[in-house]
Amino acid sequence: MSEHGHVLPLRVYLAVFLALLGGTALTTWVATHDLGPLNDAVALGIAGTKSALVILYFMHVRYQTRLVWVFSLAGFVWLVLFFILILADYETRLPVQGWGG
Amino acid sequence: MSSAAPQLAQGAHADGSLAHHFESHAQQNQAATLGMWAFLVQEVMFFGGLFTVYLVYRTLHPGAFAEGSAHLPRDLGTLNTGVLIGSSLTMALAVRCGQLAQGKRAALLIVATMALAAVFLGVKAVEYGHKWEDGLVPGLRWNPAAGADAHLNLFYALYFVMTGCHALHMLIGLVLMVFVARKAWRGGYSGANYLGIECLGLYWHFVDLVWIFLFPLLYLLHGPGGHA
Repeated sequence: MSEHGHVLPLRVYLAVFLALLGGTALTTWVATHDLGPLNDAVALGIAGTKSALVILYFMHVRYQTRLVWVFSLAGFVWLVLFFILILADYETRLPVQGWGG
Repeated sequence: MSSAAPQLAQGAHADGSLAHHFESHAQQNQAATLGMWAFLVQEVMFFGGLFTVYLVYRTLHPGAFAEGSAHLPRDLGTLNTGVLIGSSLTMALAVRCGQLAQGKRAALLIVATMALAAVFLGVKAVEYGHKWEDGLVPGLRWNPAAGADAHLNLFYALYFVMTGCHALHMLIGLVLMVFVARKAWRGGYSGANYLGIECLGLYWHFVDLVWIFLFPLLYLLHGPGGHA
């Protein structure tokens, strides 16, 4: 890495931009089809892929130090753990109390 | 670069673009990037709390969320997603111009980013206006007959809080852009010191990231099939 940081060629930015637009079109199109329990998995999978592109290329994390990798991943990893623990609570309440109908 | 670094660093210290406690611009850039990421992780946690509320209430009331989502205009949501992605592109290109010491170009690209952000907020305002007319604003203008599900207000409360916090972040970004664009236009950044543009870029891309998740979770849920 030089003093100027890692200067990416223009085509990388344009390719990521087009991929993000394509992902948006895809997620909007998929939403017109009912995939049952897979609806959320597909929507979040596309959103996660788009996010990864933004983080790695637009935000340059791919070319940053390992410490930045750790920082940028930490937030998302803890958030996922948080979601899992919260759901483990609420999803197991339902059959017991008939919570929320 | 490494052999010339000591002399370059001294010169940079003299012109004020390098803080005295850093050895080089590379070190200064790394420290600032890391600090910005520490801030963004805190932002992930802030929005994470809102997404957690969404997760819990949608688990409890899937029907209300499916019904509420069906009311939201998918075309406007899709349009805004494209506009925000476009603004992320112009911002990323502004950072690239900053790296290449093209201050005026960077300033113009930031202004383009501001224009796209204004389009996004304008469309959002139109959407909010429709919700106001339809009586779908919990707490302020709520029509109890608006929906079939008794918990529909939960979806709309979350819709306004989540998109409102997101829009607030965009407004803050717009204010920051005014200052950074002005400094860039006046040649305030050199190729070695473009940190203002770099950190603004990281912030703006984060705002884009939040919307990438908000869009499918709010606008694209399944209604008629009952799969919320």
